[in-house]
Amino acid sequence: MTDISQASDVFTAGADALAEARRHQRIQQRRARISAIMRYAILFGVGLVMLYPLIWLVGASFKTNAEIFANPGFIPREPTTEGYVQGWETSTPYTFGRFFWNSFLIILPKTIGTAISCTMVAYGFARFDFPLKKLLFSSVIAILLLPNVVTRIPQYILFRELGWLDSFLPLWVPSAMAGDAFFVFMLVQFLRAIPDDMEQAARVDGCNSWQTLLFVVVPMLAPALISVCLFQFMWTMNDFLGPLIYISSVDKYPVSLALKLSIDTTEAFEWNRILAMSVLTITPALAVFFMAQKYFIEGISAGGIKG
Amino acid sequence: MTRKRALGLIYLSPYIIGLMAFTAIPFIASFYLSFTDYNLMRSPKWTGLENYIKLFTSDRTFRRSLSVTLLYVFLTVPLKLAFALFIAYILNYKLRCINLFRTAFYVPSILGGSIAIAVLWRYIFATEGLVNMVLAWFGIEPVNWFGDPTNALFTITLLRCWQFGSAMVIFLAALQSIDKSLYEAAAIDGASKLRSFVFITIPLITPVIFFNLIMQMVQAFQEFNGPYIITQGGPLKSTYLLPLYIYDEAFKRFDMGYASAIAWVLFLIIMALTLVAFWSSKKWVFYAGDKRS
Repeated sequence: MTDISQASDVFTAGADALAEARRHQRIQQRRARISAIMRYAILFGVGLVMLYPLIWLVGASFKTNAEIFANPGFIPREPTTEGYVQGWETSTPYTFGRFFWNSFLIILPKTIGTAISCTMVAYGFARFDFPLKKLLFSSVIAILLLPNVVTRIPQYILFRELGWLDSFLPLWVPSAMAGDAFFVFMLVQFLRAIPDDMEQAARVDGCNSWQTLLFVVVPMLAPALISVCLFQFMWTMNDFLGPLIYISSVDKYPVSLALKLSIDTTEAFEWNRILAMSVLTITPALAVFFMAQKYFIEGISAGGIKG
Repeated sequence: MTRKRALGLIYLSPYIIGLMAFTAIPFIASFYLSFTDYNLMRSPKWTGLENYIKLFTSDRTFRRSLSVTLLYVFLTVPLKLAFALFIAYILNYKLRCINLFRTAFYVPSILGGSIAIAVLWRYIFATEGLVNMVLAWFGIEPVNWFGDPTNALFTITLLRCWQFGSAMVIFLAALQSIDKSLYEAAAIDGASKLRSFVFITIPLITPVIFFNLIMQMVQAFQEFNGPYIITQGGPLKSTYLLPLYIYDEAFKRFDMGYASAIAWVLFLIIMALTLVAFWSSKKWVFYAGDKRS
């Protein structure tokens, strides 16, 4: 008899424990669901607050001037392309097309120069031994942290002496000399993670180091190089201080300066022109980002980045 | 071997020339210029410590600008990092559409320093702009975002905090690399979410916090586009950050010597704070083994 009562005790205790465990599980599930809902709510709320200004910008660029400061909504009541048409003309003898072309003329050589020089330098750091290597590599880190503000004035004086003011050279040349330490650093990190077996094999097959670089290393570096080019494109597109200091004639203005000029010269109530040109100014960067976002996110996670 | 040694230096040659011409020599030259009077017309005239004495004794603009800059940096950096970490923490969970959210939060950083964004800021924070229109729905009186000296700096700070995306992506990568079993062990021991965040998450991501802190600080000290476009340093110089002052002295008044002295003061402040961060990092940054760095 005692055995049976003991067994039933054990049994009821087991059933209680099971019920307790189930209840616990239900509570946990409910908690997990509430916490998931909270997370989505926060993310969605923050996302809306963050992106709405940009969405509003696009909508507002199609509004009439009277509506911009009266309607917080996205959809214009009387859509008009007046802002784009008049903004494109600008108050200068040139259209915005000219300024986009200037931006392109700055970006293209600068990006190509960056890609070539940084690849060479990163290859040198990652695959060769030479005197002062440690010191030189520390200088890369030092440049990474060095505030530009301290070298800007002598650089200006230097370019002035060289007669480069009001040309694109001050914007091109420092980058084409692997001056953007961040890219060098990123490529060196990338190269160090790749074993050099393939390069050894190429060497044995009679390639010299330049051929190895061009036919073996560059293809392997391709994803990192794409990141480099994309970042350089975006930064140059957004760069304002560089052109502000070095470019003085309007016919050489890139879009960033042209936009500032149109704020200064447009009459006080022609808001939609400025907003329309702002939309055009950010479009290339956004388009590139959405086409190649994988490379951006990888680039930042790999090297850490400003911005 | 000797051939190989020379080869390495040949590959580095563009960098070495660039380092000399555009960084090392300008760096020294700027130090020299800070002790001179130089307006580009006549050759630099040595004036000893005069620029620095003037800066710290009689230049009220400098004093104002310096305090505004420090305030801006101490507001922007912690706010931006805390927000970036908060969002990264929420994203680091098995959520659907995590990539979508990550992309959405990163978009403002992409547009970063673009003039168009500063222009947008001018419009949405205008007295009759979007922000005040939305506030009116909640019955809040319109705020004078740019006209009031106390608000103006805060509005510029918001612009930078809005661009928390890149710091967030770095935090998220660090959070994702944390071993999940640590949290499970802590949960079994009865630790709450908050406790495991403070005692597991934070210590493990200190290297990334440190990295973000340095990068954001160096960058914040050099903020130029935002105040230049949005407020032109006003009202009452309440957003007149040191880079704006340096720009005006150097490229508007062409007082290169004086501008160099300001630049050097700014540089030394950044250096000092970076060194303090590095020195203190031995106490609070945790590098676990050899897997993480």
